[in-house]
Amino acid sequence: MKPITCSNYNNIRKYILYFLLLSVLLLFLFSISICVGSIAISPQELWDVFLGKSENDTFFTIIYEIRMPRAMAGMLLGGALALSGYLLQTFFQNPIAGPFVLGISSGAKLVVALTMIVFMNNTRMLSSATLILAAFIGSLISMGAVLLAARKVHNMSVLVLAGVMIGYICSAITDFMVTFADDSNIVNLHNWAMGSFSGISWSNVTTIVFVVMLASTITFLLSKPMNAYRLGETYAANMGVSIRMFRVMLVILSSILSACVTAFAGPVSFVGIAVPQMIKKLFRTSRPILMIPACFMGGGVFCMSCDLFARTVFAPTELSISTVTAIFGAPVVIMVMLRQRRGM
Amino acid sequence: MDIPYLETKKLAVGYQGKPLIQEIELSLSKGEIITLIGPNGVGKSTILKSISKQLKLISGEVLLDNISTAALSEKELARKTAIVFTERLSPELMTVWEVVALGRYPYTNGIGILTETDRHKVEEAMELVQITDLREREFAHLSDGQKQRVLLARAICQEPELLILDEPTSYLDVKYKLEFFGVLQKMTRQKKIGVLMSLHELDLAQRISDKILCVSCDASGGSITRYGRPEEIFREGFIQELYGIAHGTFLEEDGFVELEKCTGTSEVFVIAGNHTGCFTYRDLQRKGIPFSTGILSENDLDYPVAHALANQVIAVKAYEDFTEEDYRKAEKELLSCKTLICCQRDFGTQNRLNQRLVHRAREAKMPVTIL
Repeated sequence: MKPITCSNYNNIRKYILYFLLLSVLLLFLFSISICVGSIAISPQELWDVFLGKSENDTFFTIIYEIRMPRAMAGMLLGGALALSGYLLQTFFQNPIAGPFVLGISSGAKLVVALTMIVFMNNTRMLSSATLILAAFIGSLISMGAVLLAARKVHNMSVLVLAGVMIGYICSAITDFMVTFADDSNIVNLHNWAMGSFSGISWSNVTTIVFVVMLASTITFLLSKPMNAYRLGETYAANMGVSIRMFRVMLVILSSILSACVTAFAGPVSFVGIAVPQMIKKLFRTSRPILMIPACFMGGGVFCMSCDLFARTVFAPTELSISTVTAIFGAPVVIMVMLRQRRGM
Repeated sequence: MDIPYLETKKLAVGYQGKPLIQEIELSLSKGEIITLIGPNGVGKSTILKSISKQLKLISGEVLLDNISTAALSEKELARKTAIVFTERLSPELMTVWEVVALGRYPYTNGIGILTETDRHKVEEAMELVQITDLREREFAHLSDGQKQRVLLARAICQEPELLILDEPTSYLDVKYKLEFFGVLQKMTRQKKIGVLMSLHELDLAQRISDKILCVSCDASGGSITRYGRPEEIFREGFIQELYGIAHGTFLEEDGFVELEKCTGTSEVFVIAGNHTGCFTYRDLQRKGIPFSTGILSENDLDYPVAHALANQVIAVKAYEDFTEEDYRKAEKELLSCKTLICCQRDFGTQNRLNQRLVHRAREAKMPVTIL
């Protein structure tokens, strides 16, 4: 009896290849994001700056102060968003669940906006941690509402519909507050509420790295129970998964991950659904131990490309990140829904 | 010798604090098979779910090896019991091999990497239920019967001491039903695991179970009406009563059923015996024609079916000769019918009076059909 069969072996080679592909794409997009912009920087110049050989201070400032944190944020937050979507899909056992569709991003947006208005009126600075905390609380509130709905309805489409409604309610309240906020706050708030990776500082990035990496690592450690959960709650429980604990972890982790994104970049749509779906299609498996890192990397690739698109295509006008992610992400969601309808 | 492995004490099960079935007392030794039977919706699955700790107990306790399951951690319990339940599963993009390998869950490390031994056990389990050639197929695309076998393999490689199965054979064809139970018997005999399951197929329940637990339901709620060996359950029309069968007959000797008999004045008299008549009886039943039959010995192979379907059976006690008196009764019944069907061509010393009945019918100018 051969423990590793031929097809098994081929699969492993295939997976390694895909991970390499994702890594190369990440690196490539990261470099491109730094080079491309209103002031173009050639790869040669980038390399010089990187090695400290460049005399050009402007380049240094552009790279280190503006483009690099933005690219980092795009990569990490994209990964966080994709992962958050994957966790929610696992939780609800529904391929079209995601932080944006279920109204979780909008809940986070609401509380962050509220916090911004209150704090800025008192002319205090908002720390990254405060922002994340506010977004996390907002996420949990929305998540709670979705969970309440989920207890009543078992139909997945209705659940998603409930999520979309919750999202609308939160957005309406946010708009209402923005309307009555002080003029000085509005510009700031409006930009953020539209969603963008611009204006992210190194201190933000540090916080993002810390929170996202921690949450992602814990998520990765949950890949074993997530694997068992693929067979549904009954079987997972029989295999020794403590379901209650596991579900709480899923909710908290997905909320933290999406909260982190909303806190810094505003609500970003469709990444949470589209990326895990595309990764599943590529890998032809749903094994969490592969899906978790792959979704994270895929999310990074997706968001960095979308951000690049958002800021270059109509430069100097910048599109909101959600506009771009929706253009590329929504068709994927529609495809998934159509396939489900056919009884896949 | 018979140390119980699984025991329930004053167990009450149900939902949301409301007891559905109370006073469940059963004990299962290793290597034994206990089957739960009873009408639909009576709570057989509820009992199984409660024993496997999927549902909270209302009261009482479940003991495994004298330890209450309440005191066992999820992992400890997972190494002792494995389940195959009826819920329909279609996990996305999951191969058969992956599903079976999940059975190793309680034995693998923190992120679930399989060791050489684990892989070996997975292969073994797949071979046992003959699904090795399905290994790379996507689980969601299999037929219900194949899924059922994959899930059994998963349970087997969990290496449980107790296997809990909820209607495991519902989707299987007759070949796989037999093979499924063959595997179960092998496991109970060789690995000495205990099996607790619910079944709808009474014929199979009668054959495979060491003990049978009958769950029934009345106005005051569910209860265990009988618990014992198959021969103690399948007698005195108990099954008919348990399921409240009013239309048709359950033949408890072999676990089969016959449809409802056609009543009224008999139109046809059937002469049968030695398993020649049962298809004719059923044919007449299908056409809705009431009939009488005789003379049959009570130990004749045709007798149970005749008893279930015929308006009147002229029967003789087992091992007794047919007498003139029996003949006269049969003759009277025959002459009240319109036609005679004779399923027999061979007459011996015991049933020569049946041959006389054929002659009598011819004399009376009755249409006679000899099959």
